[in-house]
Amino acid sequence: MASEAGFVRIDHLTKRFDEVAAVDDVSIDIRKGEIFALLGSSGCGKSTLLRMLAGFETPTVGNVYLDGASISNMPPYERPINMMFQSYALFPHLTVWQNVAFGLERDRMPKDKIAERVEAMLNIVQLKPYAKRKPHQLSGGQQQRVALARCLAKSPKLLLLDEPLGALDRKLREQTQFELVNIIKKVGVTCVMVTHDQEEAMIMADRIAVMQEGRFLQVGRPGEIYETPNCVFVADFIGEVNLFKGTVETDQADHVVIGTPECSHFVSHGITGTLGMQVSIALRPEKICLQEIEPTIDQRESAAEHGHNCASGTIEGVAYFGKFTVFHVRLDSGMLIKASRENTARHEDKQLVRGQRVFAWWDGSDVVVLTS
Amino acid sequence: MSIENSIAGNAVLRFLVRDWGRRSVIGIPYLFLILLASVPFLVVLKISVSETDGIRFQDLMSYADGMIQLKIKLSNYIFLGTDSLYIQTYWSSIKFASLNTIICLLIGYPFAYFMARSPANIRPALLMLVSLPFWTSYLLRVYAWKGLLDDHGVFNNILIWLHVIDDPIKMMHTGFSMTVGMVYAYLPFMILPLYANLVKMDLRLIEAAKDLGATPWQTFWLVTVPLSKNGIIAGAMLVFIPSMGEYVIPELLGGPGTLMIGRVLWDEFFSNNDWAMASAVAVTMVGLILVPLAIFNKYQADSGGVRGI
Repeated sequence: MASEAGFVRIDHLTKRFDEVAAVDDVSIDIRKGEIFALLGSSGCGKSTLLRMLAGFETPTVGNVYLDGASISNMPPYERPINMMFQSYALFPHLTVWQNVAFGLERDRMPKDKIAERVEAMLNIVQLKPYAKRKPHQLSGGQQQRVALARCLAKSPKLLLLDEPLGALDRKLREQTQFELVNIIKKVGVTCVMVTHDQEEAMIMADRIAVMQEGRFLQVGRPGEIYETPNCVFVADFIGEVNLFKGTVETDQADHVVIGTPECSHFVSHGITGTLGMQVSIALRPEKICLQEIEPTIDQRESAAEHGHNCASGTIEGVAYFGKFTVFHVRLDSGMLIKASRENTARHEDKQLVRGQRVFAWWDGSDVVVLTS
Repeated sequence: MSIENSIAGNAVLRFLVRDWGRRSVIGIPYLFLILLASVPFLVVLKISVSETDGIRFQDLMSYADGMIQLKIKLSNYIFLGTDSLYIQTYWSSIKFASLNTIICLLIGYPFAYFMARSPANIRPALLMLVSLPFWTSYLLRVYAWKGLLDDHGVFNNILIWLHVIDDPIKMMHTGFSMTVGMVYAYLPFMILPLYANLVKMDLRLIEAAKDLGATPWQTFWLVTVPLSKNGIIAGAMLVFIPSMGEYVIPELLGGPGTLMIGRVLWDEFFSNNDWAMASAVAVTMVGLILVPLAIFNKYQADSGGVRGI
């Protein structure tokens, strides 16, 4: 019995297609019961990695262990792993009931047991009245639930989801995200999902691995990845971000000062860097305050920050999103930044408008210094 | 001309002129089918039920002495249904056509499957190989089998030379030679629709089956075959229907034991000169094929929707 932490162990896994590495020396331990998301744009290797877990691709190098046993040489039909395909891959010639029963029948389960299990599964996804329908008679959301019921029916040790909500429209997707997580958590199955939608990954996953060119750039909880990205790619890929480029001017254990053409940045934590080093500073739009007058020292997090972390500019665009508004501010250096402000009051007494001069300022604890 | 009339006239004119381009395009196949299929069939049907005075066929309907007379002669059909020669021939035609269809399916399915699953860049070459025999005349290709299967043909000569047999095996003019010829001639008609179906199949369904624990063999029988049902049906139709009425192959490769309806038709028309009887044979054959087809099509339409995603 493997430890809970390494329930799924991916060990130096590499897959090359014609000498091009689609997955490049990836290692990760996935906990039992965890929802683990592989996030990346198309062609980053996330689907290949998932297909190796399912057994549809054989790794060029490396091993996959499930519950302590190597499954690298097992054909897909012997693996205690089930996958929900991107377009669901429901059998069009079988009814909903038969689709869900398909996997159980392959296990030579007695008929009455199968009926019991199928019924239980259809109850979980609330599709019992549709048991006799064919897949093409169902809506997209219903098909998705049939696919989920089908791959949960065999009580797999590992559930794989390939773009689970990719085929649904936006409204339905938001509803289904929570529903899907609830079902997976209720069943308690360990789950690896693939998605290109960062919002989906953040909502559904316990941990996210951001992938690029076959490698994991960063693995962490959604909050970690969002608030403390470890490189420019991750910062840029997850959510909106303003990136300033500059050099380290003061390097102290408890703070650093970084000079950029826009302003001088006071960062209230130490970094692993050297004086004069080229770095990027990532700042999320919602961390920026906009106001007409220069921020006073009282508004600051600490007095030391006064005179730093503030740049003036002109509002070039205002995009109203309902619950928040995004301002495009052209700083005096010429850089365009995005700043968002939550619309908590129904009518802002002081509306900022296009063409207005503003000061954009932020706290030194809200910036992330990226050295790569 | 009243205003109402001219408006009605305009409407008719507009109806005729509207979409004339589309109508004429769709009209060509209609015209083709009416002129070259429906009209000849009706002529044959009429001949099969009309009385003859030895030289001319009589009209079905006649008017004399204030009476309309409709004369439909059924004796040809009654004879067909009672004469054992015709019944046997129909039965033998159905038997050979079915046998041909089954063998074509058994050989053609793996063939089409292999083609559909081979790398996309060599598929055109494989397709060309399947259609290559069409570049030579059908008649010549059937004749060539004579040279292969004859008592002193290639196969027997090789077997004798190898001392496997001492005397030639009788292959020509038997059910065997005819079946070989039929399968050879009709195999491409089975392979092509099957290939078209299999190549379109969503391979994720195959993966899904494997993922759910189906072995490759189970996946084939439970997913691939049911999903290729339409291809199997199309292929079986394309083989069964023409082989029912096949004339050339039974004539060249068949023997006394392989009488088929095409041969009987020919004899009735050109040896016996009994056009009425020949027409009845032809109409019956069309009926034998069309009726099951129509029932089948209706069943297909009712069950509907099994067309893959």
